[in-house]
Amino acid sequence: MVWRPTLQSESRLDVRKTYKLYVGGAFPRSESGRSYVVHDSRGRFLANAAAASRKDARDAVQAARKAFGGWSGATAYNRGQVLYRVAEVMEGRHDQFVEEVAASEGITRPRAQRSVSAAIDRLVWYAGWADKLAQVVGATNPVAGPYFDFSVPEPTGVVAVLAPQKSSLLGLVSVVAPVVVSGNTAVVASSRDRPLPAITLCEVLATSDVPGGVVNMLTGSLADTAPTLASHMDVNAIDLTGAAGDDEHATALEVAAVDNLKRVLRAPASEPDWTQSPGLDRMRRFLEMKTVWHPIGV
Amino acid sequence: MATPVLTSTDALRDAVSTPAALRRFLHGLPGVDQVGCEARVATLSSRSIKTTSKQWALDLAISMIDLTTLEGQDTLGKVRALCAKGRRPDPADPTCPPVAAICVYPDMVVTAKEGLDGSGVQVASVATAFPSGRATLDIKLQDTRAAVADGADEIDMVIDRGAFLSGSYQQVFDEIVAVKQACGRPGGDSAHLKVIMETGELATYDNVRRASWLSMLAGADFIKTSTGKVQPAATMPVTLIMLEAVRDFREATGRMVGVKPAGGISTAKDAIKYLVMVNETAGDDWLDPHWFRFGASRLLNDLLMQRTKMTTGRYSGPDYFTLD
Repeated sequence: MVWRPTLQSESRLDVRKTYKLYVGGAFPRSESGRSYVVHDSRGRFLANAAAASRKDARDAVQAARKAFGGWSGATAYNRGQVLYRVAEVMEGRHDQFVEEVAASEGITRPRAQRSVSAAIDRLVWYAGWADKLAQVVGATNPVAGPYFDFSVPEPTGVVAVLAPQKSSLLGLVSVVAPVVVSGNTAVVASSRDRPLPAITLCEVLATSDVPGGVVNMLTGSLADTAPTLASHMDVNAIDLTGAAGDDEHATALEVAAVDNLKRVLRAPASEPDWTQSPGLDRMRRFLEMKTVWHPIGV
Repeated sequence: MATPVLTSTDALRDAVSTPAALRRFLHGLPGVDQVGCEARVATLSSRSIKTTSKQWALDLAISMIDLTTLEGQDTLGKVRALCAKGRRPDPADPTCPPVAAICVYPDMVVTAKEGLDGSGVQVASVATAFPSGRATLDIKLQDTRAAVADGADEIDMVIDRGAFLSGSYQQVFDEIVAVKQACGRPGGDSAHLKVIMETGELATYDNVRRASWLSMLAGADFIKTSTGKVQPAATMPVTLIMLEAVRDFREATGRMVGVKPAGGISTAKDAIKYLVMVNETAGDDWLDPHWFRFGASRLLNDLLMQRTKMTTGRYSGPDYFTLD
């Protein structure tokens, strides 16, 4: 008998995706070589994901710092365009996101579809804010002197984001977009048990004009990466949303963050409802106000 | 790896007797096995140095640094700031050792000398029309004498690469001998002479080996890879070849010569790889600031950050160290 290769061979081997970290625009494995098994909501095997270590966190902070100059120096209009582009590319991968979100969160396909659409819309909403934020939160200040006095928002710097543990895509987008839209760069620790949509989002970021290092993704347990991020002297702010519900851990992270006076967004008692309209709060949290006194009338 | 089989001091004396003998000697050195050399470097780079060994290595590396500023834009203020940093690299931690030397252009020697007064940190000055070395011999010697007269403890000279590459080994040899003489002080002692071979311009590993032996035969106290102005600057394979050369030279003559890789070493990780290589190639006699130096400017901050990480347990950032 002669073996004839066919296009639709029954015996074709699966080509499975290796889920890796996203650091500095590249997809490395964990420096530690460790990985862990990701299950779906019913406990069935989904994939292996990289278990990020302290050193991966350090590398990610370095990458974020390196990217900060370029990203914060880009015009707000340009940043808005780039984020909108991310939404466009996400739209093209809609089905893949739906599948991963449905498997990860254990929700029906229609619900997952709504969730993914909401995530894309959320990104478009934040993209729109890029070149409007300064007008809304900035100000010209009436002062008693011959000065034109104005306050403008500037990005805080490198922001560590502990992404929500439950909402794997909508929640993730809702915490990352407000950080980067104003020019910060982010080191994100994804949901431990639901990391797949996060890595797929990184594949979208890598192919949609977001400079490498602006968003860095660490998958794995918060216990491994969060303390390093919280105590790292080159991280300027930390969002503890992902530690919601674990008061002891969240408090320890707040204490670790004190050394260099990081801005801290405290962990909520429980994960918020991400379908609600977000408001400006998350963007404001990671801004510094610069006030300029410009002499006039001389 | 192939190493020169030259143990007789007579052979070395013959080598410097005539230009033809020198050429014969240098071309008689065994060729460098490029693949073997690079493989050896890769193996040595994979060593893992942790905890107390790492702490020791970081401190040693700091004490081996020639903290360098060689820019057209150097000011007196910048040199003073660099001296202050060299004396006390981490103001927050008195246990941090000072660097080995501050390396500057000749006209900055007086300022550096003042800035380092009483600290034990040496002043190294580049000389001989650094970095190109394209000037007449009397200008190079004058350059050297002026730096020594101003108080330079160490002189970093460049060899004439043009002469070396065109095969005029005797000319390069004579020039090093002359500069070595110009390093002499009235009291009879003399400034330490480091010979920069600019390996990035020497094209082959064989040439690096030849230039190392040439410099040592001419009386170099140190052999140094690069000016830092040419890419590639210091690389590990090149430094490995130089370490083998100083090891073999000591075996042949009993005289110990130092090694200084310079340029492009910017992380603590790299520095520790070099220290491993020193230990495994030349031996632990060379693990000493008298015999091994790093020519660097950015490296110090990374070593300090790693050191802070070891002592405090948290990663530090560039915001907490002076920019230089």
